[in-house]
Amino acid sequence: MTKVLSYLKYAAGYAILSLVFLIVQAFTELLLPSMMATLVDDGIIALNGQNEQMTFILTEGAKMLAMALVCVAAAIGVSYFSTKTSSIISRRMRHDVFERVLKFSNNEMDEFSTASLITRTTNDIQQVQGILSGGIRMVFFAPTMAVGSIVLALSKSKGMSWILLVAVAILLSIIAVGLIAAMPKIKALQKLIDKLNLVSRENLSGLMVIRAFGNEKHEEERFEKSNKDLRMTNRFVQRTIAIVMPAMTIIMNFSTIAIVWFGAGAIKDGTLEIGDMMAYIQYAMHVIMSFLFIAMIFVSIPRAMVSVNRLAEVLKAEPSINNSAKPQTLTDVKGIIKFENVSFKYSNADDCVLSNISFTALPGQTTAFIGSTGSGKSTLINLIPRFYDITEGSITYDGIDIRELSMHSLRENIGYVPQKGLLFSGTVKSNMLISNPEADDELIKSALETAQAKFVYDMPEGLDSDISQGGTNVSGGQRQRLSIARALVKQAPVYIFDDSFSALDLKTDAALRKALKAYTSDATVLIVAQRVSTIMNAEQIIVLDEGRIVGKGTHKELLKTCEEYREIAESQLAKEELE
Amino acid sequence: MNKNKKKFPSPHGKATGKVPGRPHEKPKDFKGTVKKILRLIAPFKLRFIAVVIFAAGGSLFNVIGPRILANATNEVAAGVRRMIDSTGTINLVKVGQILTILVAVYAVSAAFSYLQSFIMAGVTTRLSFNLRNDIMKKINRIPLSFFHKQSQGDVLSRITNDVDTLEQALTQSITQAATSVTSLIGILAMMLLTSPLLTLIIVLTVPVSLIVVRNIVKLSQPHFRKQQKFLGAVNGHIEEMYGAHLVVKAFNGEERSLEEFDELNDELAENARKAEFLSGLMMPLMGFVGNLGYVMVCVVGAILASKGQLDIGGIQAMLQYVRNFNQPINQLANISAQLQRMAAAAERVFEFLEEPEEDDSKATRKLSDVEIHGDITFDHVKFGYEDTDKIVISDFSAKVKSGQKIAIVGPTGAGKTTMVKLLMRFHELTDGAIYVDGYNLTDFDRHDLRSEFGMVLQDTWLYCGSIMDNIRYGKLDATDEEVIKAAKLAQVDHFVRTLPDGYQMELNEEVTNISQGQKQLLTIARAILADPKILILDEATSSVDTRTEILIQRAMDNLMKGRTSFIIAHRLSTIRNADLILCMNNGDIVEQGSHDELMALDGFYANLYNSQFEKVSE
Ligand SMILES: Nc1ncnc2c1ncn2[C@@H]1O[C@H](COP(=O)(O)OP(=O)(O)O)[C@@H](O)[C@H]1O
Ligand SMILES: Nc1ncnc2c1ncn2[C@@H]1O[C@H](COP(=O)(O)OP(=O)(O)O)[C@@H](O)[C@H]1O
Ligand SMILES: [Mg+2]
Ligand SMILES: [Mg+2]
Repeated sequence: MTKVLSYLKYAAGYAILSLVFLIVQAFTELLLPSMMATLVDDGIIALNGQNEQMTFILTEGAKMLAMALVCVAAAIGVSYFSTKTSSIISRRMRHDVFERVLKFSNNEMDEFSTASLITRTTNDIQQVQGILSGGIRMVFFAPTMAVGSIVLALSKSKGMSWILLVAVAILLSIIAVGLIAAMPKIKALQKLIDKLNLVSRENLSGLMVIRAFGNEKHEEERFEKSNKDLRMTNRFVQRTIAIVMPAMTIIMNFSTIAIVWFGAGAIKDGTLEIGDMMAYIQYAMHVIMSFLFIAMIFVSIPRAMVSVNRLAEVLKAEPSINNSAKPQTLTDVKGIIKFENVSFKYSNADDCVLSNISFTALPGQTTAFIGSTGSGKSTLINLIPRFYDITEGSITYDGIDIRELSMHSLRENIGYVPQKGLLFSGTVKSNMLISNPEADDELIKSALETAQAKFVYDMPEGLDSDISQGGTNVSGGQRQRLSIARALVKQAPVYIFDDSFSALDLKTDAALRKALKAYTSDATVLIVAQRVSTIMNAEQIIVLDEGRIVGKGTHKELLKTCEEYREIAESQLAKEELE
Repeated sequence: MNKNKKKFPSPHGKATGKVPGRPHEKPKDFKGTVKKILRLIAPFKLRFIAVVIFAAGGSLFNVIGPRILANATNEVAAGVRRMIDSTGTINLVKVGQILTILVAVYAVSAAFSYLQSFIMAGVTTRLSFNLRNDIMKKINRIPLSFFHKQSQGDVLSRITNDVDTLEQALTQSITQAATSVTSLIGILAMMLLTSPLLTLIIVLTVPVSLIVVRNIVKLSQPHFRKQQKFLGAVNGHIEEMYGAHLVVKAFNGEERSLEEFDELNDELAENARKAEFLSGLMMPLMGFVGNLGYVMVCVVGAILASKGQLDIGGIQAMLQYVRNFNQPINQLANISAQLQRMAAAAERVFEFLEEPEEDDSKATRKLSDVEIHGDITFDHVKFGYEDTDKIVISDFSAKVKSGQKIAIVGPTGAGKTTMVKLLMRFHELTDGAIYVDGYNLTDFDRHDLRSEFGMVLQDTWLYCGSIMDNIRYGKLDATDEEVIKAAKLAQVDHFVRTLPDGYQMELNEEVTNISQGQKQLLTIARAILADPKILILDEATSSVDTRTEILIQRAMDNLMKGRTSFIIAHRLSTIRNADLILCMNNGDIVEQGSHDELMALDGFYANLYNSQFEKVSE
């Protein structure tokens, strides 16, 4: 809750203004019944039949009208400023949550799960916003009304205040019981929405596989199960909360009855006037009504609280990978990458996936990595842009430990091609500009040509051709080439290719290597590959097996010295091709 | 307008190529949407009627209440007068009798209104449950091409946010409509009984209220619709960015992504604020109209009372009625706002539900009636993707005999994966036909047909669950032993056994906790488990090292003996021993034959084959 309150500072002015208008509104609203009581007591009963009666009634009426006008003006003011407040706060919150998630490293993404983060950024904030816009009114209005009407009611008759007390007590206990019953389910609701989002997302991303295996039914059942959980929980919560409304009407009505009954007695004893009793009924309504509002806040707050807590969790989570206290920036970049005795363990695993890795990658040279599936190639390469932090040893960029560099500067100087060539929805051009917003068409063209992605120019719209989310509307190989081009547009001193040629045919692969050589002539190039032919000409080939370096050297050297490498080469090339 | 300006553009408006990143308004069909909603709730007719009856009953009793209370007050007032005239005192017994009746009336009223909410909660949650299921079912039936122009996040938003809004609005509007209409009629009757003149005064305020309502609704409706749309857009952006956050970081794209987000977020916040403020005006304005009536009743009532034409109890009852009269009018006003909200959300849901589906109605043959051997004939197949003018496959003809191992090679973008998708009938041919054992593929039901094929795609897809379950996905009723056997054949058993939890290891949501190659092995195991008549491997081992690949291939060759298999691959070691190699370029077959035949031809294939040895340094 403090988290949300701290957001009030962004809209403090509006919040205060709405509070001021609220007080005015509550005040005027309360005065109306009081004026009515005067009208009845003094105007009708006391002045019965006298001459000035008419004038009195009319002036009192005019006063009431003026009061009603003030009341509506204040209410409009409240509405304006409270919606303003809630929109500023929720906008800000959504911004902050999104910004924070962008900072998260893989660890935090895993921990929260993407689906849950999506629900939090959308649905949870929606919940909070809902309570805010209604809540601001209620939070201030209800207590003001409650206090005001209690004071006024007491001024009319002290003898019957116990009725109010009893009514309010019953009301609050009903709500408390309802809440205690519903709370666990309310908490469960958001989690169920997470789950629903998860299943739906998986469905959307696995369309083809689901259909290919004919598992549509299975998926529908899986979804239906989560959906049913959600439905049952929701129904329970709604039915529990639905008790509040009738309960409060009945309490309100019963107190009216009680007031008339005991009022009648008091009037009989001559301790109460009939006009006062009528006003008292109205105040009693106000008191109960405002306690009802307070109660409603308590009913909706738990749901919002659950959301607020979920948001606070995100906002409080510190990314596990951060800039150091005084991050350095790279200047006059050469691009020397050096691993020294690097070991790495995934946070959720028991054993190191990489141990004792040492090598140096130099500018103008290609360093290639080869090894069996799961030997740690991608892991190794992902350590360089600091997607993970190493467990032991050090990685330096131009002699500076990468943990001392600002992440921005580090990543600014790396052109990275992920193993899975994800593109963003937009156009070819917008995807190229991601890595380098300053790139002009000339540069993009040369990057596309180098990446053998000239097919772009055969498309009717060329650079402006649409790309759908993830890049699903181009072929796998085309996607890979576009993601290579995207990195090349950056003109970085260091390039990392994580198995980025796997979907390319041999001819394209060869052409690409040739063009790449020229394009990246001064750069440090790190390549992970499966095909010996792709890396045959690298200055340095590093053979990995189960997270260790088992061979280092050129193609020719390794054929002689490294058993593993020989086996890999033999599996791909005919005897004579091995020379 | 330059549509490349956005670095992280939102997916919306892309399909039509209009202003990108900005959802655009469509002409709305309010009446049509309401009709559809009515059709939707038709199955719950009885329960809705019950809701309406209980709601009406509850409010009816509530309306009678003040009238009875007025009798009690009058009794008290009469007593007071008797006291003043010293002719008697207040008859508490009589007052007590009246109040006892009142207690009963209010108790029934409360019971009714709870029953009403109780039933309603059941119906509306059921309704949104059904709607969500329908959307999910729909997702599995819409042609794939739809999803190339729609962001996942937007579809998600329809499942959660739009259905939610629909549910809430429906709950409130129906109950409120029933209660407010009955209250209105009841109160009107009661007021007429009490004082026709005052009633007339109050009724005169109604047209004022109606004008207020109309105008507010008119003003706020467009903002409600925009709010739902931008909610979808923001969702879309969030979903895409979270899903690809690694790439965003790799390119320092956080700031730009945030800027893009802010733009959408601002629009969302602004529209939400306007919608809320404008619809929030309703209450105070209606309240004012109500207070106007209140003051007039006080003044006129006082005048009437002073002339002895109305008793005090009457004024009290009228005052209560004025307040109560306002409430239903307020609520009716509120309902129209709710209806607008509901229509805005429902429109998006229905729009999705009405997308055309994959049409299987023309299927004439049951797969169970024919035995599939696996002869496949491609007869002048021509195809272009739905939303483009480009022809991807121009004229593809080939004959494949059952039991053959077919390799498809060709440069990327040649159309290899497209052929697979056509074979699986994910898309419809533009021209030509594909036959299985002489039967046109279109004769069969898609679901039936696909059950004969096993497919491993270029893009791996696994889900958040254990490794065991993920492999089992190929055959849902497989035993653990069968799963493990398939895993062994796919050469992934060894790896799995090194994991602390073995086959029970949970894959995370984005499946980033195993290597890409291992993912491919799991999808292969899944296809092996499915044990299909015809197997398609589309670059299924591209991220797997070559030694493992050879082992898999041996296992596969064994497994697929006598069955037709299609292998798409770039590695020659994978292709070399195929019975038939189809060389594709630009959507056409340029050469076909065995490895040796094609090498002897010294054409396209030989050129491709030799290209791997070209020296880069040259
Ligand atoms: N996020 C992760 N958490 C735990 N283990 C992981 C994670 N990512 C990869 N691994 C494991 O680390 C090993 C090396 O993976 P990777 O570097 O991706 O291999 P590859 O050489 O095929 O690129 C694999 O056994 C894989 O299962
Ligand atoms: N969903 C799609 N929408 C439009 N064009 C597509 C889509 N998928 C692929 N294409 C285009 O069709 C051509 C063939 O693609 P594909 O069959 O995937 O090639 P590959 O031979 O590499 O598998 C490419 O030019 C590609 O850009
Ligand atoms: Mg890898
Ligand atoms: Mg392909």
